[in-house]
Amino acid sequence: MDDVSRVAPPDAGEPYDGGRHAAAATPMLSVEGVTKRFGAGPGTGAVVAVDDVSFDVLPGEFVSVIGPSGCGKSTLFSIIAGLQTATAGRVRVEGRPVRGPHPAVGTVFQEESCFPWRSVIDNVAFPLELAGTARSERHDRARHFIDMVGLRGFERRMPAELSGGMRQRVCIARTLAAGPRLLLMDEPFAALDEQTRLLLGDKVLQIQQALRQTTLLITHSITEAVQLSDRVLVMTYRPGRLKRFVEVGLPRPRTADAVTSPAFGAAVTALWADLREEATRGMREAGG
Amino acid sequence: MKVGAGLAGLLVMAGLVALLQWAIGAGIVDEYTVPRPTEIAAALPRLVAEEQVVSRFLVTAGETFAAAGLSTLVGTALGAALYRWPLLRRSFEPGFAVLAAAPLILAYPLFLVLFGRSSATVVVIAFASALPPVVLQAVAGFAAVRPVLLAAGRSLGLGRAAEFRHVLLPAALPSVFTGLRLALMFGLINVVGVEFLINLGGLGALINELSERYDLPGTWAAIGLVVLVSACFFVVLDGGERWLRRRG
Repeated sequence: MDDVSRVAPPDAGEPYDGGRHAAAATPMLSVEGVTKRFGAGPGTGAVVAVDDVSFDVLPGEFVSVIGPSGCGKSTLFSIIAGLQTATAGRVRVEGRPVRGPHPAVGTVFQEESCFPWRSVIDNVAFPLELAGTARSERHDRARHFIDMVGLRGFERRMPAELSGGMRQRVCIARTLAAGPRLLLMDEPFAALDEQTRLLLGDKVLQIQQALRQTTLLITHSITEAVQLSDRVLVMTYRPGRLKRFVEVGLPRPRTADAVTSPAFGAAVTALWADLREEATRGMREAGG
Repeated sequence: MKVGAGLAGLLVMAGLVALLQWAIGAGIVDEYTVPRPTEIAAALPRLVAEEQVVSRFLVTAGETFAAAGLSTLVGTALGAALYRWPLLRRSFEPGFAVLAAAPLILAYPLFLVLFGRSSATVVVIAFASALPPVVLQAVAGFAAVRPVLLAAGRSLGLGRAAEFRHVLLPAALPSVFTGLRLALMFGLINVVGVEFLINLGGLGALINELSERYDLPGTWAAIGLVVLVSACFFVVLDGGERWLRRRG
C-alpha cells in the first residue's frame, strides 16, 4: 500500500491517516488487509484483483472508492457485501466479521435489480415481507421510502413501466426499507445519462443527510465521488491497492448545484491527477 | 383489444370452415376423405347420445391433466436440480435432449407389460414423453435468471430455499409455463395416441372405433373434441399464469 498519509489533497482539510482515525467512534466498517486473488487457469497466471487494502468508515460517513476500470473496485464491493470471500484479510461491520451477507449491510448494485414480477411497492416492501411485517404496515413503510426517492404516484407500476433511473431508485428504496446501518452502492448510476446521474446523486445526498446513513459508494465518476462524499479512496490500477484518501472539504448540506463551485473544481482536479496516472497505466498495460 | 383479437380469430376460423364447406360442395375436396363441416356438426349430438362423449372427454382431459401436471412438477424440480449442480447438468442435459426428440409412444408394448391395459399406461407414457421438454425448458429458464437478482436476494438474507421461492421460481416462471404448455401438448398427443393404439378409455379410443366403422363425420367430430380439450387447458393455463404473476 502506498503511504496514504503523505499525500494531502489541496484544500482538503486534515490529511488522512490511512483509515485509522484516532476518533473515538467505533468504525461502522473496517477493511483490514483485504486481498483477493483469482486462481490461475490453463495458460494464465493468478490475478491479484485487490491487494492488501485497509480502511475504516465511521458512522454517518459517506466514503467513495474510485479507481480506473479493472482496479478491483467491484471485487472489493462484493467482499464487503459478503458475496465473495477474501483470499486474505478480513472485513468487519460494527466490529463483527463479515462471513456472508450481513443484516446490517444494504447493497445497491450497478445493474438494477428490481424484481420484474413485483410492483414498485411490493419490491420496496420485500425486505419487510421477509421480516414478517404485516401487509398494511409494510406498505406504509414502503410508501415512506418510495416518497423519499421521489417516486410517489408510481407505487402500483411494474418495473418494466419505469425508466432505468426510476428502477434504480426503486432498488435504493428497497435497500433502505431493510434498515441497513451501512449502505453499499456499486456504481449505481453507471448506466444512466449525465443529467439523471446528477439528479439521482442529489437524491442520494438528501437521503444521506436525512438518515445520516453510513454509505460506501463504488464509482468511476470523479464528479459523483466529490459531489457525494466526505472522503474519497483512490485505488491503483491492477493490482488494486489503496493509493490515498482525499478528504472532500465541501460544506454540507450539498446539492447538485455544488458542482459549479470553485472548491468542487479543485477537488475534482486533485482526484483526476491521481486517477489519470492510474488510468494511463491501465490503458498501457491493457495494450490500449 | 383482446376481445377484438379473439373475435377476429373466430371470424377467420368461421371463414375457413365456410371455405371448406364450399370446396367439398364444389368437388375440390373429396367428401369421402373430409366430410362437410355441417355433417361433422350434425354428428356431435349423436356422439353425445350414443358414445358417452362426456365421460370420454373427461377421461382424456383427466389423463392429460395428470400427465402434464406430474411432468411439470417433476420436470421443474429436475430442472432446478440440473441448474443447481452443473455436473449433473453436464451429465444429463444431453440425455434429456435426446429423449425429447424420441417417439416414446412406440415403446407402448413395454409400458403395457409394465402397467397393464389401464389408464396408468396412458398416463405414464404421456408423462415420460412430456417430461424431457419440461426439464429442458426449466433448466434454461433458471439459467437465464439475471445473476444480479440472485445477488440482490442473497444480500437481503435469502437462504437457498427462500431464494428458490422468492427469486428463482418467479423469475423463471415464463419458462416454467412454456414448459407446462409443452407438457400439455406432448401429454395430449400421447394420451390420445395411446388411447387410439390400445383402444382404451377416452377420445383416442372413440376416434379408433369411429374410424373403424367408417363413420367419418363422427371421427372428425371426435377430433374436434380433442382440440376442445386442448383449448380448455390453454384457457385455464393463461388464467393461472396471469393469477400467479399478479401474486408475484
